[in-house]
Amino acid sequence: MSAALEIRAVTKVYGSGATQVHALRGVDLTVETGELVAVMGPSGSGKSTLLTIAGTLEEPSGGEVLVAGTNVAAMRANDRARVRRQSIGYVFQDFNLLAGLTAAENVSLPLELDGSPARIARRAGLAALEQLGMLARADHYPDQLSGGESQRVAIARAIVGSRTLLLADEPTGALDSVNGEGVMRLLREACTRGLAGVLVTHDAQLAAWADRVVFLRDGSVVDQTMRPAGPESLLVPQPGQ
Amino acid sequence: MSVRHALLALLSEGPKYGLQLRQEFEARTGEVWPLNVGQVYTTLQRLERDELVESEGSEGPQNSFRITDAGAAELDAWLRTPPADEAPPRDELVIKVLVALRLPGVDIPELLQVHRRHVIESMQRYTRIKAEGAADDIGLTLVADAELFRLEAVVRWLDAADARLKRSTFDKRSTAPAQPRPVRRTPAVQR
Repeated sequence: MSAALEIRAVTKVYGSGATQVHALRGVDLTVETGELVAVMGPSGSGKSTLLTIAGTLEEPSGGEVLVAGTNVAAMRANDRARVRRQSIGYVFQDFNLLAGLTAAENVSLPLELDGSPARIARRAGLAALEQLGMLARADHYPDQLSGGESQRVAIARAIVGSRTLLLADEPTGALDSVNGEGVMRLLREACTRGLAGVLVTHDAQLAAWADRVVFLRDGSVVDQTMRPAGPESLLVPQPGQ
Repeated sequence: MSVRHALLALLSEGPKYGLQLRQEFEARTGEVWPLNVGQVYTTLQRLERDELVESEGSEGPQNSFRITDAGAAELDAWLRTPPADEAPPRDELVIKVLVALRLPGVDIPELLQVHRRHVIESMQRYTRIKAEGAADDIGLTLVADAELFRLEAVVRWLDAADARLKRSTFDKRSTAPAQPRPVRRTPAVQR
């Protein structure tokens, strides 16, 4: 079975001549279904560029992006847009909910835009809200929701329907640490249920929820963590203790 | 935390046996702090000597202990006393980085990254404690949180060190290009 996301030798160059900026310099990254990968790095390291390229919102200058085994660059624009709508969900720092729509309408909108009949889209939207414990707030508008609730709705919108890839850019925004942890728990659960997740963050506590942490520096992957040992390893006395 | 005050806290709920105190102590510290039974009895003897607890019955494991008024006052005073928060005299990580700065040929960003990865791997393990069911165990969650905040501070220090060194290298290069660079950089960070 092919990986949910495969990024091969991707480069991204902005501008030209003396003002040319190499945002990504040959990045390889593979994310399997069920896996949550965090990408960490300082500002300007290329984290967000990597995420927008993974999400087909931007085209790489070189290299390949494969979503569920299909090379995105080789697709026609319409097919690429369909993959983006059907397979990829995004969670942004500031939620990006539409103020004039209820929670349920926000969540079902991507399916309706993709041509699903309203009734079927609503049913899928409510199912996604239920997974995130937000069913009771389905008919509330964004300004009637707390920050934590808004982000739950945004995650429901990202996983609605048959999405396979979840991309999150600093998804806990300005939430406090306990609410932020709640968001990470939900992203983690979504991956366990069968999505692949990529989380971009500079926050080590958020990154620690991932199965694997990839470190980006000046547009290159410089390091990554191993799959963590179980928590029982913390009980083994360390040398010097 | 002192074992002495932890035992006083447990006894403030009512009289208890030594073995029971040990079990409750371990359960409430998320079982990350094992305590041997000898430690419990030695501490109880000292508390009894200081009249902070009194024993209710005979010698041996059937002997139960209760907290005295003086013990309750001691516990209350301890809870409200700020812990010693002076910085440790030597932080080994800081010293390693300072030493590395003076050594020729050390790739400092790479060195910082080795430590960053190590710390984040520890954070992943503590996070798994929380992810795998610690939600029902508030004591264990708080222990994991405390460790995660401490480790996060280390990562932030590493990030700040990285950014400062990068900036200082850049400043030196742009203001005095003839000067040798103080640290060697990886090819990836050269522009």
